Amino acid sequence: MPRVAIVGAGMTKFVRRAQETAKELAWEAASMALESCEMTLDDIDCVVLGSAPDAFDAVHMKSEYLSDGAGAWGKPYIRCYVGGGTGVFAVIQGWYHVASGVFDTCLVVCEEKMSSCMPHPQGAFLTIFDHTTERPLGPNLLWIFALEMNAYMTRYGLRKEDIAYVTVKNRRNAADHPCALLGDPNITVQDVLNSEVLAWPVQRLDVSPISDGAVAIVLAAEHVARRVTNKPVWIEGVGWALDTAYWTNRDLSYPVYVEEAARMAYKMAGIKEPRKEIHIVEPYDPFDYKELHHLEGLLLADRGKAPEDAARGRFDRDKESEPDWLPSSPSGGLLGVGNPIAAAGLMKVAEIFWQLRGEAGKRQVPGNPKRGLAQAWGDLMQVGTVVILGI
Amino acid sequence: MSKEVAIIGVGYAGFRPLTPEVSYKELMFEAATKAYEEAGINPRKDVQSFVTVSEDFNEGTSIFDEYVPDQLGGVLKPVHTVCGDGIHGLAAAFLQIKTGQFDIVVVESHSKASNILYHSHLLAFALDPIFNRPLAFHPYAVAGMEMRRYLAETGTTHKQCAMVVAKNRQNALLNPLASYPAKLTPEDVLASEPIAEPLTSLEISRHADGAIVMVLASGEVARALSDKPIWIRGIGWANDTFWLESRPWARADYATKAAKMAYEIAGIRNPRHEIDFAEIDDTFAYKELQHMEALGLCAPGEAGILTEEGYTSLEGEFPVNPSGGNLGMGHMLDASGLARVMEVVFQLRGEAGKRQIPDAQVGLAFGWRGIPTTSGAAVILSI
Repeated sequence: MPRVAIVGAGMTKFVRRAQETAKELAWEAASMALESCEMTLDDIDCVVLGSAPDAFDAVHMKSEYLSDGAGAWGKPYIRCYVGGGTGVFAVIQGWYHVASGVFDTCLVVCEEKMSSCMPHPQGAFLTIFDHTTERPLGPNLLWIFALEMNAYMTRYGLRKEDIAYVTVKNRRNAADHPCALLGDPNITVQDVLNSEVLAWPVQRLDVSPISDGAVAIVLAAEHVARRVTNKPVWIEGVGWALDTAYWTNRDLSYPVYVEEAARMAYKMAGIKEPRKEIHIVEPYDPFDYKELHHLEGLLLADRGKAPEDAARGRFDRDKESEPDWLPSSPSGGLLGVGNPIAAAGLMKVAEIFWQLRGEAGKRQVPGNPKRGLAQAWGDLMQVGTVVILGI
Repeated sequence: MSKEVAIIGVGYAGFRPLTPEVSYKELMFEAATKAYEEAGINPRKDVQSFVTVSEDFNEGTSIFDEYVPDQLGGVLKPVHTVCGDGIHGLAAAFLQIKTGQFDIVVVESHSKASNILYHSHLLAFALDPIFNRPLAFHPYAVAGMEMRRYLAETGTTHKQCAMVVAKNRQNALLNPLASYPAKLTPEDVLASEPIAEPLTSLEISRHADGAIVMVLASGEVARALSDKPIWIRGIGWANDTFWLESRPWARADYATKAAKMAYEIAGIRNPRHEIDFAEIDDTFAYKELQHMEALGLCAPGEAGILTEEGYTSLEGEFPVNPSGGNLGMGHMLDASGLARVMEVVFQLRGEAGKRQIPDAQVGLAFGWRGIPTTSGAAVILSI
């Protein structure tokens, strides 16, 4: 099986982009990624697109609409989707395109434009629920995540302020990200606890902001990667798992699907002790508790202990002295950079790529990390997607 | 690229214009159960990855991939959805097996078209929201314009298109899974009401419901599990431009590129002689002819003449759409391409009943995503 490397990445600013069409956002990220590794579309054998529901843009067969913006004119081109897990899954799909030996290079583009959904994309999210058993109740994403957060807090007796620290950490990290929507070096836990209650225990600052944006990366087989760059970042393991659609019948306090996905990726990467062998992590953080939930699912924290770990600074970007230090969401995550769904997931993979190459600028994690993990999550609290990168 | 990939199980359900008594989940469950039974596998133990093909607007549910794992036996396993024709899903499974990390991968696609009140309203949402949608034309106008340009540039006649309808619906009379079998004359087709001139109503395939599940396996596993594995010799897919304003209206370049990739993988130099028959997208009658030419099965302008001469009929030298195609079996939305593949599998196994092509050894299936797209996928199968 050919080894597959990431050789280039590009990212637009995450913010409301009313001036640009979705196609233009995809084009901007794709051309930045190609320029970063001095390649052109002629060097690209195939294209993979990630984008979440068509309902945001009200465009049927959205991948066809986005095709030329994503650089897919005249090329083999497939769009994947697994809800919020799409951004990291798109890398997995790009990986199997190249690892199959059928293609040498693959451009992976993730785009999301949520601002065109008026008055708010929550309206589009109404249509993700079961048409018979759930939709008549008029559910809202904030409600179901409030249920999950409540289950998590109640099961382990967690303190809201420990969880709120994740928002503080990520928004402070994001202050150093040039593409970030909500970077804030001065935010405090008290700010989060004082913010408006949306659906208890979820408050406004526990939630990542909707936004528009696109991210792209370039994948290459080993023989091409070595020619293109002297700093290839290898895809060492991938994993994904989808749990039952009947989310109401599940224990919401632990993301078992993330564990399944992580075990698959660890096995492929030959990782036996993830806490020692993973140096940086970008877990999916659309809500502050989700980052902690996912760190537990990834086996990088004990069950119910991640909030304590966070509060003592174990996941901070620069607390090298902390026991079991593991910088988490050094980019600023979705809470700080923004959450244009599929693009946000791919942003996490791009961040690990930049960190491992030592190109993360002010966000650079000290200690020359050698291996990192990016994870995303989505659907009805149902899917885990994991990519492990190494140099 | 040494790893071989075969189809070792096929299951189906529905294949009727309406299936009011079952949900899409029940259709999927029935198709999956049959496919696993045929392949002799337990999905929970033996399948390493599942690929499903669907579009949110066709389903009426956003992030539709949420609702696929349970009825496929895929809970807590690697499952993902792609947007495309069913053959794009087959390609995704093919690539996964080629990596060497997966031995058995399942592909699913279905149609519950009868739940859609007005399909043309959905298609209108597929047009460019800024440049095309405000003009508020019926999406079939795209097909009408393309047909007119195709006829003008190739010299193909309208009657030759009508003959495609007569041939395919006649073939469907021999196919128990076909929703729209009929004995029609080309004159009947030409006399039917015009929808987007020159396109008439009988030249447009009507929808059907159904689900298809296929089990794919790597070479050694396929040989161990199946007496009649059907090998994927080559597969290819491609997009052309989405812009209505700048596409080559007479040609299906996406089909040419998809076929080129598939032929290269399969090592095919002369498709018309190395392939015995084909199942080709015929969403609109002229599309069968345009696609035949784009796939390199004949020269531009030749497909209509070959149809007229009976070359592509069931008894002809190169049967096209022995199943009845989309016109005869019904268009199954995202599953249409897999329906084409399913017929190729049946023919190659010698299980096609009264429509069996004698000594069929190599077959081609081609699927198109429909208007207004320029996206298609081709696969070459052999015994």
